[in-house]
Amino acid sequence: MNKIIRKIQLSDDVFQMEIEAPLIAEERKAGQFIILIVSEEFGERIPLTIAGADEEKGTITIIFQAVGDSTKELGKKSEGDYIDSLLGPLGKATHIVKYDKPVVCVGGGIGVAPLRPIVEAFKKAGNEVISIIGARNKDLLILEDEIRAYSDEVIICTDDGSYGRKDLVTAPLKEICESRDPAEVVAIGPPVMMKFCALTTKPYKVKTTVSLNTIMIDGTGMCGGCRVTVGDETKFVCVDGPEFDGHLVDFDNMINRLNTYKHQEEEHNCRIGLDSKGGEK
Amino acid sequence: MEYVSPDVLAKEADELIKTIDPSALNPKSRRAIPLQEMPSQDPLVRRNNMEEVALGYTESQVKLEAMRCLQCKNAPCISGCPVSINIPGFIAAAAEGDFEKSIGIIKESSSLPAICGRVCPQETQCMATCTVGKAEKDVMRSVQIGRIERYVADWERENDKIQVPEVAPSTGKRVAIVGSGPSGLSAAFDLRKEGHDVTVYEAFHKNGGVTVYGIPEFRLPKKIVEIEIDTLVKMGVKIVTNFLVGKTRKLTDLLEKDGFDAVYIAAGAGLPKFMGIEGENLVGVFSANEYLTRSNLMKAYDTANSRTPIYHAKKVAIFGGGNVAMDAARTAKRIGAEEVHVVYRRTEAEMPARVEEVHHAKEEGIIFDFLTNPVKILGDENGRVKGIECLKYELGEPDDSGRRRPVPIEGSNFIIDLDACIPSLGNNANPILSNSTPDLEVNKWGNIVVDENNKTSIDRIYAGGDIVLGAATVILAMGQGRHAAESINKLLKA
Repeated sequence: MNKIIRKIQLSDDVFQMEIEAPLIAEERKAGQFIILIVSEEFGERIPLTIAGADEEKGTITIIFQAVGDSTKELGKKSEGDYIDSLLGPLGKATHIVKYDKPVVCVGGGIGVAPLRPIVEAFKKAGNEVISIIGARNKDLLILEDEIRAYSDEVIICTDDGSYGRKDLVTAPLKEICESRDPAEVVAIGPPVMMKFCALTTKPYKVKTTVSLNTIMIDGTGMCGGCRVTVGDETKFVCVDGPEFDGHLVDFDNMINRLNTYKHQEEEHNCRIGLDSKGGEK
Repeated sequence: MEYVSPDVLAKEADELIKTIDPSALNPKSRRAIPLQEMPSQDPLVRRNNMEEVALGYTESQVKLEAMRCLQCKNAPCISGCPVSINIPGFIAAAAEGDFEKSIGIIKESSSLPAICGRVCPQETQCMATCTVGKAEKDVMRSVQIGRIERYVADWERENDKIQVPEVAPSTGKRVAIVGSGPSGLSAAFDLRKEGHDVTVYEAFHKNGGVTVYGIPEFRLPKKIVEIEIDTLVKMGVKIVTNFLVGKTRKLTDLLEKDGFDAVYIAAGAGLPKFMGIEGENLVGVFSANEYLTRSNLMKAYDTANSRTPIYHAKKVAIFGGGNVAMDAARTAKRIGAEEVHVVYRRTEAEMPARVEEVHHAKEEGIIFDFLTNPVKILGDENGRVKGIECLKYELGEPDDSGRRRPVPIEGSNFIIDLDACIPSLGNNANPILSNSTPDLEVNKWGNIVVDENNKTSIDRIYAGGDIVLGAATVILAMGQGRHAAESINKLLKA
């Protein structure tokens, strides 16, 4: 049982929670994730990246979007409530190096959350960090101040131009690849965004790291549900990742596998939350 | 074998037992007693539910079966048991109807009798050395040791007779156990009995390891596992869930920071094997671990309540021939698949699955494709499984395992249309502990290397079960747990 210490609503359906988990706070490193179950009896195991931690307070921070049944249930929890199960830190930590050339950190939507500790770690290692963060519109942009705190330069993109540049994140990324010769690009966000970031950097041969969030059950390698094709090999996101060379990931296969239960979930959703006449409650 | 209803089996046993004078039994008359079949749910009914298939003997049945035991002086069965249960002893007590004495004898050696009575591969262990089976030239006709074990364990539970074993006064020593599966729990039992403070760490949110995530409800009800674990908790064993040793805490930190005096690693096998064939990452391909965990641990079969989805397929193929393959096949059937194939490259005789499980699967309508192996998984335009291309095999010369080697027949390719497949080919060693513990020696397959005392390359750290053996069985893992506990007891006494 892990207590929710603080809850902040970042946008319509995005929440930030600080949760008591002293051992995870002590051990975790940038790039790692946890798996939680909101209520154990029939709950689902949900993997979520650790967006930050306070070792002294013994807490970790998660940021999530209430999209499915389980994340919606999590979003309804309040400060002082408990989460039944929390396991972590899982996955390999981000490989942080000091480069002579800039590091570009690209975050899209909710992907800015896992990006934040990576930006911090690269900065603390003495790198020049350029961050590109994007969202569909201004209201959906999260963690701008936190990203600014550890970036030498921040470029903001929105799809509708309501804030920053009216562009996809790949546009400034391309410009930087052309003009600044970055040492490494880290891109985290929706799978399609990561795919196109990797395609953008490929002609410039810039090392590109992506963080994959696939379907997972145990998060310890046991189930193999998270497997992805990387190069010619099958890798398990939970133990081999979550970060991989974006130029080698088969994103189309990964996106397909993410949709494994889409049809069933739609079926499921259309019953739950509807009243007997089929209207929304 | 025809399906015989539980009522008929019960009635036959009740009538037969009246005709037997136990005091007059001799080897010849013992051998004349018919083997008692296990009553089970009707196959047509059970394939639509998750409830236990085997229903357990009646009192008359268990006594009759126990009377078949010849009480051999040299007790060859004991040597076939990885935890050395006094088998003739508990069977003699069961034959007399003294079930309390019977379960007491088992519990001297085993902490999980209701589990072992259900899932041990008796035919390759205790039953394999049974004199009755030898005389009948058929191991399946040996005394049904596991069924008797199950009866007395169930009798104890159902009659509220479970006694919490006595625990020695506190030694002040602390032992950490990694993993709450059969091996870890057996070690916990033996170490706690000696008076050590024992903490078991489990990565999942529920205890029991493979017995709760892997073995389906219809073969081993979770309630039984819970009650057996509860006895350990009553003995004072602490169990911490949601704790992954190697990640939540480094292995060596358990000794250095947390003050444990010894550690036993029973983390299980861990990484499912795939075949490396084309199409293995298509949507609709699941490892047996994933499929079974969804269904068992996450209760995905209970679609009304569970939040965890499970893939609904009409035609499913399982690759492999072990118990896990049988479990996956029978689960698929229960979840609603119309047609379930077990694709296995050898013949039925070489299948590692228990005979009883194969028999149950056949009764439930599972189709077996022997001497067949998939070479390619075929996908549709949406990247979902639509079939498998297979090759026919024939048996050649015996290989290292002594089994005749399956040889592909060239050009025999054919296609089975289906919409899901479940490779069930065993597991590789999980790398989490070895990756986070540089001094821990592992072999080229990633299994932890131990000496004859189950000690690893690091002082005070022991290991056993599947992480050492590769995928094995519940009872072998338990045997290792007991052996390691003995070594740790010696270490802590020194």
